[in-house]
Amino acid sequence: MKSAVLTGEHFINGDEACAEGAIAAGCMFFAGYPITPATEVAEQMALRLPDVGGTFIQMEDEIAAMTCILGSAWTGAKSMTATSGPGFSLMMETVGLAVVTETPCVVVNVQRSGPSTGLPTQGAQADMMQAKWGSHGDYEIIAIAPSSPQEMFNLTITAFNLSETYRVPVFIMSDEIVGHMSEKVVIPPAGKIRTVSRPKPKGRKENFKPYAPGPKGVAPMPAIGEGYNVHVTGLTHDEKGYPVMSVDTQKEMMARLLGKIRNNLQDIILTEDYQLADAEIVLISYGVAARTSYTAVQTARRMGIKAGLLRLITVWPFPDDRIQALAEQVKAFVTVEINMGQICREVQRCAQGRARTYFVGHPGGAIIPPADVMAAIKEAMQAK
Amino acid sequence: MTKNVKQQAGEAKHPLEDLVRMDRIPHIWCSGCGIGSVFSSCLTAIKNTGIDYSKFAMVSGIGCSGRGAGYINIDSFHTTHGRAIPFATGIKMANPDINVIVFSGDGDLFAIGGNHFIHAARRNMDITVICVNNMIYGMTGGQVAATTPYLARSATTEAGNPESPFNLPLLAYAAGATYIARWTMLHTRDLADAIVAAIHRKGFSFIEVLSPCPINYGRRNKEKSIDTLKNYHDKTIIKNGADPVTLDIDYGKGVILGKFVDIDKPTHDEKYRKIYLREKE
Repeated sequence: MKSAVLTGEHFINGDEACAEGAIAAGCMFFAGYPITPATEVAEQMALRLPDVGGTFIQMEDEIAAMTCILGSAWTGAKSMTATSGPGFSLMMETVGLAVVTETPCVVVNVQRSGPSTGLPTQGAQADMMQAKWGSHGDYEIIAIAPSSPQEMFNLTITAFNLSETYRVPVFIMSDEIVGHMSEKVVIPPAGKIRTVSRPKPKGRKENFKPYAPGPKGVAPMPAIGEGYNVHVTGLTHDEKGYPVMSVDTQKEMMARLLGKIRNNLQDIILTEDYQLADAEIVLISYGVAARTSYTAVQTARRMGIKAGLLRLITVWPFPDDRIQALAEQVKAFVTVEINMGQICREVQRCAQGRARTYFVGHPGGAIIPPADVMAAIKEAMQAK
Repeated sequence: MTKNVKQQAGEAKHPLEDLVRMDRIPHIWCSGCGIGSVFSSCLTAIKNTGIDYSKFAMVSGIGCSGRGAGYINIDSFHTTHGRAIPFATGIKMANPDINVIVFSGDGDLFAIGGNHFIHAARRNMDITVICVNNMIYGMTGGQVAATTPYLARSATTEAGNPESPFNLPLLAYAAGATYIARWTMLHTRDLADAIVAAIHRKGFSFIEVLSPCPINYGRRNKEKSIDTLKNYHDKTIIKNGADPVTLDIDYGKGVILGKFVDIDKPTHDEKYRKIYLREKE
């Protein structure tokens, strides 16, 4: 029987690294449904969870898988599911339930090309807006985009930590290319891995209010069986968790749900700067597309163009302030992503007309060649 | 020392009050609706098991019966439409010590949630599913359901239902449920006893409870609440062990009630733990 943390150097693909990250983060429950190109995450979890006394179940569809991990999460278990586009669509209603019931969970989307069945075995980054807006109603979630198998390991741990801290679904927005790419993955000793668990209630169990906010606006979360007699509902509810069909309660609940993310952006948002200090042209990229962008920055620099990269590690919540600040200093933004124009809209919004915005996209099925990015950089340089 | 009678009366509590979220009463169920009676039988059963209340969780879906989870004073979950069973599955598999009761309606469990029902039964998930069958979508105003009788009128079948209803115990039997019973909301004691048995029965337990919806079914089908109750009383036959094939609901020939299946089979969590976690059954 293997341990939770397989310390050492491994040559594994992104999906497997994701599963190892989950186990290292303390995940004890996985419910899934087979779908290319995310199946290896489920397979690895099925193999590894018994090693740590955890539970794997393959459900009848993705709706069931997503709902199942909410049930397990309320027993206190860190819980995860993994899927790709069509499954992600099916999970969307339950994502709303996770948000409104403030149930921590991690959802991996190894993105493939769509719409519909699309190119099941080929990558894309075209579910980025769905991650933010796919379920009905207003809400905030956290979405993270790993660029390598190593990051599939590291950022899965980050995803669990954020999910537990903020009692919110966290999406790992990977893609087929990173998911199926094998690279060296270094797993540190268990003692070097920081894991976070949800805040737990203390004190009186009578008249306990499961949604009364604590530090950071996040309420402590009891588990089933601890005697708190919680009521958890998808209806608009007060701090006691009871349904109240009123505008005031809706306002109060929405302020709490949105506030715990919007008031903690500094703690949540992760970005990486590459050659940004003196950059005139700033590439904005995330996930596998960022790998193209590194090459483009290096090529541009060799040609004497001051290019840099702002890599979005968390895509949601969006780093508005950072891009607004950069817009005051730089000539242009070039958003590089494998879709037909999603995050580039956010960049355009944040640039507020103070810097030009360009978009290098792709309909899906392949990575973006650096030459395409170079063409946009040159166009940006020549613009008056 | 005899206390003042009035004072005694003032102190008297409903025997199930400790299981009810009294701060949420009155409930939303209409006059003449049967869900409250079914709910009471369920609470009585939970009390009668003698199991600590903290070892229970109730999960509901959406609809009138789905509000059950909102009134019971234990850990309780009002989920999305049709998804009570997968939510319950997550609870059970992550913490097998919890007795998980799914309390929901026929529309929720057998139309939008039908796939989850058959798979949970097939796996022998150790949960107790109580279906309040009023043969209609009540909360949305009386649309045809997967349980509405042939030719019955509803808001979406004005000239009569062209479809045939499920025989729910037969469906549960075919899918592998290990405890199957049917009662009506009139048979409160039989029902409470059945729920106790279902909770104690390891494995997937299913109880169908016939219950009137006078507002949205009765009104359209010229059936007053008292007529429905008379049917439950006069036109039902208690026949334990009846062949599930004979359990279609036809008051013309008599509707069969009773316990139809009660067998011992390893549950999903027992099998998973034995095969994967190397625990003894």
